[in-house]
Amino acid sequence: MRVAIASGKGGTGKTFLAVNLALKAAETQTTLLMDLDVEEPNGGIFIQGDDAEIHKVTRAIPSWDPGACNLCGKCISWCKFNALIKLGEMILVMPPLCHSCYACSELCPMQALPMEQQSLGEIRHLKLGKLDFTESKLDVGLEQSSPLIERTLELADELFADKELQILDSPPGTACAMVSAVKTVDYVILISEPTPFGIFDLNLAVETVRQLGLPFSVVINRDGIGNNDIYDYLEKEGIPLLAKIPNQRKIAEMYSRGEIIYQQVPEVDEALEQILSKLRSLS
Amino acid sequence: MRIIFTSTGEGWDSKIDPRFGRTDFILVYDTEKDELEAHDNREIKEVAHGAGPKTAQKIHELKADVLITGNGPGGNAATILNKMPLKIFIRAGGMSIREAYEAYKDDALEPGAQ
Repeated sequence: MRVAIASGKGGTGKTFLAVNLALKAAETQTTLLMDLDVEEPNGGIFIQGDDAEIHKVTRAIPSWDPGACNLCGKCISWCKFNALIKLGEMILVMPPLCHSCYACSELCPMQALPMEQQSLGEIRHLKLGKLDFTESKLDVGLEQSSPLIERTLELADELFADKELQILDSPPGTACAMVSAVKTVDYVILISEPTPFGIFDLNLAVETVRQLGLPFSVVINRDGIGNNDIYDYLEKEGIPLLAKIPNQRKIAEMYSRGEIIYQQVPEVDEALEQILSKLRSLS
Repeated sequence: MRIIFTSTGEGWDSKIDPRFGRTDFILVYDTEKDELEAHDNREIKEVAHGAGPKTAQKIHELKADVLITGNGPGGNAATILNKMPLKIFIRAGGMSIREAYEAYKDDALEPGAQ
């Protein structure tokens, strides 16, 4: 079964929950943890090993062949992302805007826009006992994270389909990157905190996940700060509260040192146990 | 010489539009003919992606020597503008077109990326 840990808001504890949940699950079952926050993955701070396997990932971008082009300009009108610009007798390709859809390349009557592979990023894969961990990292300067997320999920289908539990550490927010990751899962855990910001962004995530038609529940992190409004919100919306993680300074301190928390804080271990037993009941 | 301004309106008293790609109007002042012509760019509101390159393409078609704008073009637009023999001046946002032109003549504008 594949589960996404997501949140509307950044910094609510996605990686904290994903890493600790994956390590605990891997005590008893084969588990895959995928860090899909490709712009700034940090699961690797907590899960370390020396013999990582690196998969290079590329994407296809059109390149203009001036010898073949008759400057008809049709490609310009087809591109929905304005990634092609006609400048006098030149066609310019703007790689940051290209979505690798192949339309210009396939439809060009002169075959003047052959697709070429360009580096997109890399996927690091590490195996530690029952845990397989992948961390996907977008090349610096690239703007679109969805293609790398999709490639990572394809790799997971090829290599890790047999893992009993697959946990996705989703990118933050509710935009394309988050949707690319979350749309492939069986179940979504949204993590938020009991603050006005927390409710606002949780609500965006709830609306997104509902639109994707996926079953989900909510984990509240840093319980004890802010107020009770988020619990009223969950009740009013009929959203199951899966677990609560208390606000404790020592958790933040341990986390900032890159430590694994659940073996040291019983309340966290208990919350993870609740989450795992829910996931077992679903699979 | 032809000078292009990103503008919120159509005349000398309009303000410089600080946005490059999503500027409402593109004004071209031809110093030889002493004529100011306005090109409506508001259809750019409908463009979700690549507004900068699109406006840069228009500027290429208008064949100017100088561009005076506000915040300055973004990376994609700059890639295109850099292919043209065009001098760019930025941070004229808030000035009227007339003030920006005077500031240009006094050499008081900040050169942009190029």
